[in-house]
Amino acid sequence: MRGHSTFVLVAMGFGFAFLYLPIALVVLYSFNDSRLVTVWGGFSLRWYAELLRSGDVLDAAWLSVRIATASATAATVLGTLAGFALARMGRFRGRTLFTAMIAAPLVIPEVITGLSLLLLFVSMQQQLGWPSARGATTIAISHVTFSTAYVAVIVRSRLASMDATLEEAAMDLGGRPLRVLFDITLPVISPAIVSGWLLAFTLSIDDLVISSFVSGPGATTLPMLIFSKVRLGVTPDVNALATIVIGLVAIGVGIAGWIQLHRSAGRGV
Amino acid sequence: MTEGTPVRDLPANARWLDPGAAPFVRIEELSKRFGDFVAVDRVDLRIYKGELFSILGASGCGKTTLLRMLAGLERPSGGRIVIDGVDLTEVPAYQRPVNMMFQSYALFPHMTVEQNVAYGLRKEGTPAPEVRERVAEMLNLVRLTPLARSKPAQISGGQSQRVALARALIKRPKVLLLDEPLAALDKKLREHTQFELANVQDRLGVTFIVVTHDQEEAMTLSTRIAVMDEGRFVQIGTPGEIYENPRNRFVADFVGNINLLEGVVEACGGGEALVRCDEVGAKIRVRFEGELAPGARVCVALRPEKILISKEPPPENDRPTVPGVVFDLAYFGNLSLYRVRTAGGKIVEVSAQNRRREARRYLEWDDQVHLSWDKGSALLLTE
Amino acid sequence: MPQTRPVTPAWQRFGLAIPYAWLLIFFLAPFLIVLKISLADPIVAQPPFTPLFDAARAPQLYATLENFRFVLADRLYLLTYLNSVKLAAVSTLLCLLIGYPMAYGIALSRPDTRNTLLLLVILPFWTSFLLRVYAWMGILNSHGTLNNLLLWAGLIDRPLEILYTDTAVFLGMAYSYLPFMILPLYANLARLDLDLLDAAADLGARPRRVFLDVTLPLSLPGVIAGCLLVFIPAIGEFVIPALLGGDDTLMIGRVVYDEFFLNRDWPVASTVAVLLLLLLLVPIAIFQRYEAQGEPRA
Repeated sequence: MRGHSTFVLVAMGFGFAFLYLPIALVVLYSFNDSRLVTVWGGFSLRWYAELLRSGDVLDAAWLSVRIATASATAATVLGTLAGFALARMGRFRGRTLFTAMIAAPLVIPEVITGLSLLLLFVSMQQQLGWPSARGATTIAISHVTFSTAYVAVIVRSRLASMDATLEEAAMDLGGRPLRVLFDITLPVISPAIVSGWLLAFTLSIDDLVISSFVSGPGATTLPMLIFSKVRLGVTPDVNALATIVIGLVAIGVGIAGWIQLHRSAGRGV
Repeated sequence: MTEGTPVRDLPANARWLDPGAAPFVRIEELSKRFGDFVAVDRVDLRIYKGELFSILGASGCGKTTLLRMLAGLERPSGGRIVIDGVDLTEVPAYQRPVNMMFQSYALFPHMTVEQNVAYGLRKEGTPAPEVRERVAEMLNLVRLTPLARSKPAQISGGQSQRVALARALIKRPKVLLLDEPLAALDKKLREHTQFELANVQDRLGVTFIVVTHDQEEAMTLSTRIAVMDEGRFVQIGTPGEIYENPRNRFVADFVGNINLLEGVVEACGGGEALVRCDEVGAKIRVRFEGELAPGARVCVALRPEKILISKEPPPENDRPTVPGVVFDLAYFGNLSLYRVRTAGGKIVEVSAQNRRREARRYLEWDDQVHLSWDKGSALLLTE
Repeated sequence: MPQTRPVTPAWQRFGLAIPYAWLLIFFLAPFLIVLKISLADPIVAQPPFTPLFDAARAPQLYATLENFRFVLADRLYLLTYLNSVKLAAVSTLLCLLIGYPMAYGIALSRPDTRNTLLLLVILPFWTSFLLRVYAWMGILNSHGTLNNLLLWAGLIDRPLEILYTDTAVFLGMAYSYLPFMILPLYANLARLDLDLLDAAADLGARPRRVFLDVTLPLSLPGVIAGCLLVFIPAIGEFVIPALLGGDDTLMIGRVVYDEFFLNRDWPVASTVAVLLLLLLLVPIAIFQRYEAQGEPRA
């Protein structure tokens, strides 16, 4: 293939360095015995120990994982339904509004979404008595709402690019429409559904702004905890936390890559 | 210009000639409209059991829409489809005794070859042991047994097609529909597959309906061909009939190469017509049984292979003759194609077998030549 | 080829109804409520604003534009909006400058390298956004890595004040939104017909001219998509200015948060949000129009 000009190579190198340097530094300093960044106090795991001792970090992490799992699953279901509707149903009444509601969460600033959801919950509490208290449930509901949009976009685009004749062939062979959905369509788009779930999970577990707005006493998610800690400055135990998160992600990606490799190996040349 | 492709043997008792035979597939006044656009315009068709019937036409002529209506994937705007005596017009695709081989093969990517082929039987509710047996049998028939456990992504184009064929045939449909079956294959594979399709059809006795834009494909495979244009059938007949007796200019031109010499009738009678053809600068006698008034605009249709090209003027006889100059020639090894400019300016195409093994070509550019043919070799077209 | 769709079966309609209802309740209704509250007065009560329908004043609606007047009259709010737009614009530009060569390089690489590079671009996205912004805190502060490096190299003699200034916000935003810039750019550049570049070169154009005359114009849709995808959310960004910006870094996202949680002035917070939304309508409309054009994607 054509070679790259020096400029492009240098620019790419700089770009990737820019992307990864902060991460690398955080990982490095998580092992720094000294609290100060200026001094290298030697290799140490004390911040990890401190991190694991602090109950509130573990509680917050566990809460975040539970919320993320629940909301990702719900968002995947809703988003898949929405994706199907957008890809398969032609014009229907209210399609423009629906498309707008799906597209909007992708661009509207989180402060607005968070604010509006909180106000909704407050109004609902006033009028209906529910939700009686804000916390994990309201956070989960909020996450489902914006994640659905992401999943819908992914599923819709996968459906649109799917070979339409596959479903026709199945019908031609005797499959009734509903059976064809489960036999053919869903399996073929399953990678999109899986990546939708993963995306929704990531968005949920990483969300700070919306969680802050709609949460209540006793429900502190991991990002909320981290934010309150770092508002005032760098703290070493957060470095350790960051490294753990990065490590988990790297392992996750590694496993996914290994699965992919395995699958293509069985594919033959 | 393929030589060596055998013509299909026609059944001695070609059923369509028997007025008492009942058609297996009957299409009556079938039409399909998309908004204002009429894709299929009230067509009628009778296809008999065991035929390999081709619908031949250019892109956009409506042939694929027609096929899809037969499969049940498209609802007709009007008309009826009757197969083996049963009106299937309103019956959905998954309940029809008709199966289709798609142009893209449409193999299910997440299933193995075996599972693909078995799909139709499983949807029928066939018990598992029988499914296994019939799948094995079918894979054997199309010679894909070693690939049973492979996924579609791992097999070649030709193999994919056989899977698609096996998958469609295993349910023993009354009619098999094929959408451009040879389009995606390269030349060698195409010839090979033509044989295979013909074989399979012979052995299983299934009625095939093929849709194609490739007239070579249609000619070599079919028992009969329907030429389609703009949603209508222009002519239906055997390959021989279509080729040698085209009904109008469209069919004549569509199938194979042909010279269409426009002219005006000067005299007509006694089984012959005299046409003044200014394009070639000559008057041509053509065998014609009908009646035509002098002054009528007609066309003399003449296939390139029917014309004899020679440097010597032909002896005085009944054969129509036109002089000309070799304008261009193309050498194919086994034959040569000549383009000859006639006195009237029109270029006539002649194809001649290279019967002599000579280092120097017999005819060269700018040679003066004489074109002649049997009076019965030309056809007079009024449309 | 045109295809007629069969009549929508009942279960498909039902399938549509579920997400539709959810979004109506949890997405559309909240916006209407924000609008409603922006028209209310703050009062000391729970919740701290006057209701739209009040039994005492029925059947009239109680709505006031006082909040809007307040916000629009106050120079500080205006400055904040402008500053937000400015910061978002600069960050978008920075993002484009860094991201374009990267997208270009990836798009023109060999297919196998390409996937690895794309993965490397997306990978940081999977790690916590918050933590990555936090990482910049450590780099940019006066005892941080950047200053240490510059001091050690002798390029400066006193630490630079970068953290808690607008500059830190630019860097943080460009950093965080980089994947959002690279991906649409890449998608566009990947579809670039390389033969066009060869044709231009064949006709005598030097590499730089080829880029300016062929590549750049053709990549414009990708550039627009990437810029909008960064610019629009950046205007309302909260986390980055909160962590990396100073007290004088005015950004509208922070203002909404502060009005809400610190001042407990819900109506004003809502008003600021409504105005922000109005401000964004133009770029969002452009984005939607662009998306609709690019609908049939290869």
